[in-house]
Amino acid sequence: MTKLLLLLSLFAAVAAAADDATLAKGKQVFEYWCATCHGNGPLPGTVALQAKYKGSKPALLEERTDLLPQITKTFVRKGVSIMPFFRKTEISDADLDALAAYLARNRR
Amino acid sequence: MKLPPGVKSKDFSDAIKQFEEAVGKEWVFTSDEDVALYRDAYSPFWGEEEERVASSAVAPNTVEEVQKVVKTANAYKIPIYTISTGKNLGYGGSAPNLSGSVVLDLKRMNRVLEVSERNAYALVEPGVSYFDLYRHIQEKGYKLWVDVPDPGWGSPVGNALDHGGGYLQPQYRNHFDSHCGMEVVLANGDLLHTGMGAMPGAKTWQEYKFGFGPWIDGIFSQSNFGVVTKMGFWLMPQPDAYLTGTVTVPNHDDLIPLIDTLTLLENSGISNGMPGIGSPLVGGFMMPPPSPEVSAMLAKPDGISSPELQRYARDKGIHYWSCTVKFYGPAKAIAAQWEYAREKFSAIPGAKFQDGEFYKLPLTPDQFNRVHKPEFGIPSLEMFSIGARSPLNPTPGEGHIWFSPIIPRTGEAVFEANRIFSQAARDFGLPILSFSLPTTYWMRAFIFLFGFPITHNVATNRKNRESFKKLVQIAAEHGWGEYRTAPAFQDDVMATYSFNNHALLRFHETVKDAVDPNGILSAGRYGIWPKHLRKARA
Repeated sequence: MTKLLLLLSLFAAVAAAADDATLAKGKQVFEYWCATCHGNGPLPGTVALQAKYKGSKPALLEERTDLLPQITKTFVRKGVSIMPFFRKTEISDADLDALAAYLARNRR
Repeated sequence: MKLPPGVKSKDFSDAIKQFEEAVGKEWVFTSDEDVALYRDAYSPFWGEEEERVASSAVAPNTVEEVQKVVKTANAYKIPIYTISTGKNLGYGGSAPNLSGSVVLDLKRMNRVLEVSERNAYALVEPGVSYFDLYRHIQEKGYKLWVDVPDPGWGSPVGNALDHGGGYLQPQYRNHFDSHCGMEVVLANGDLLHTGMGAMPGAKTWQEYKFGFGPWIDGIFSQSNFGVVTKMGFWLMPQPDAYLTGTVTVPNHDDLIPLIDTLTLLENSGISNGMPGIGSPLVGGFMMPPPSPEVSAMLAKPDGISSPELQRYARDKGIHYWSCTVKFYGPAKAIAAQWEYAREKFSAIPGAKFQDGEFYKLPLTPDQFNRVHKPEFGIPSLEMFSIGARSPLNPTPGEGHIWFSPIIPRTGEAVFEANRIFSQAARDFGLPILSFSLPTTYWMRAFIFLFGFPITHNVATNRKNRESFKKLVQIAAEHGWGEYRTAPAFQDDVMATYSFNNHALLRFHETVKDAVDPNGILSAGRYGIWPKHLRKARA
């Protein structure tokens, strides 16, 4: 039993570490590809979301609590308004998974 | 999967297999979902049959892989279309001129190969973005600036090859002019170095442009004669300080001596940042719209030159024109240069002056956050504010294309261009400004930029395309040509460069047939078609 608990706690630790690594990767992808428009400040993506939601949702994507991973993936691969879609040589599927996980981390 | 035109299904599938062997299966994109990412997000044909779309894409990681892909394409006569970072939005994005082409996506070739702080140059691959190069220089702590376009997420290689420009001192502002040395993969897979790079072991590839014999770099820009896989660029040493000052002049006709004086100051090296001509009376590019009263006067046939508007300016005591001059250099020197500039502008009666920004460099974090970053060699995407949703633009479009004619650097030409283009805008109901000032300042010419919105409405896009083509014609009738345009209009623009029965295009075609006899490279780019597709030319 003790061994099983040890094994389980080890597994949980590994899973949490992997998750942290994914989130760290996602943050890195966000900062490289997204923050130049969606970062803090009067940047086009942030201003656009402020104008769209008028405060009913945070203008900063990193503060959103409702971004399902699929929503992020759809916007990245389909684009919206003047934001173009991104190719897989720019944001790979693995990077996009990490980005989507990062933007979903505050989800309630 | 869409087939390239004239290519048999078996040949295409064999070529795709060879592409996969060359670059790895995961870097050959053939599914509809993946290939759709190579559409031009700002295509003026969005969703129409004529939209130019790829059949597939292949993304090599090294020049050797590029050579393998090109050799395969040449063997099977597969049309390929090269992109660097594919961010040429408004001028074509990552989509080919010829539908069915395989996009040769060089984004993975993203290495900064060398930066010399001592001799102020860099050597980069096509997938390097301005942000990448900027970050690399920052991380290394080099005191060098990169001249960046606005927005700055594109590629130094791609932007220079498309004749893009930036904001710094004139010798860096024209990005093709500031390059030094290229590596090019030819259509047969052969590898070429230009300039000093042609000498094995050359020590000055990025330091002396011409090498020995004809300088051929120009034929690889705005063309389809090779695949550029490396380019050198000269970088600007970080100056000690930055200063701006603004002169305003009261009368309509003062624009003529204002521009002449500015040109003299720039050509003499006194003012060395990209200037900005504006109008306190009517505003300008990136400025708030004029008052309804002024807008009504501008909408009349005489527009900016109407006697009514001139009277209004005089009565209200509003100066017609402003010119902001910018200086990079030692603080004491640029203060003296501004003083000299004021003396020169003072020859215009009624001229008034205002000191502008002054920064000791590098910028403080606070200054960093509020300046127009490209003027400090910092890439930014803030330019997208023009089209993005905002309180002033609650219903944004889906993108834009640019009509961008080159206009002589004189006040008379600015007046004439406004008269002609505003008349065209009225005639065609165009969504362009009723008055425009230069957006880009080359040393001896201006470029005007007129943005056309892109929508996902076929009828609107069709109308805008027709209007765009008419503007190309009208401009050509007045001796003004575009410096760059989207694939949808490249044949039309090239057709206006028609001296002596299109001698220039005929020469391009002679070169094309010689260096790319199977016509595999970027067919149709800038209006240059391979022999077997020339019938497609309008």
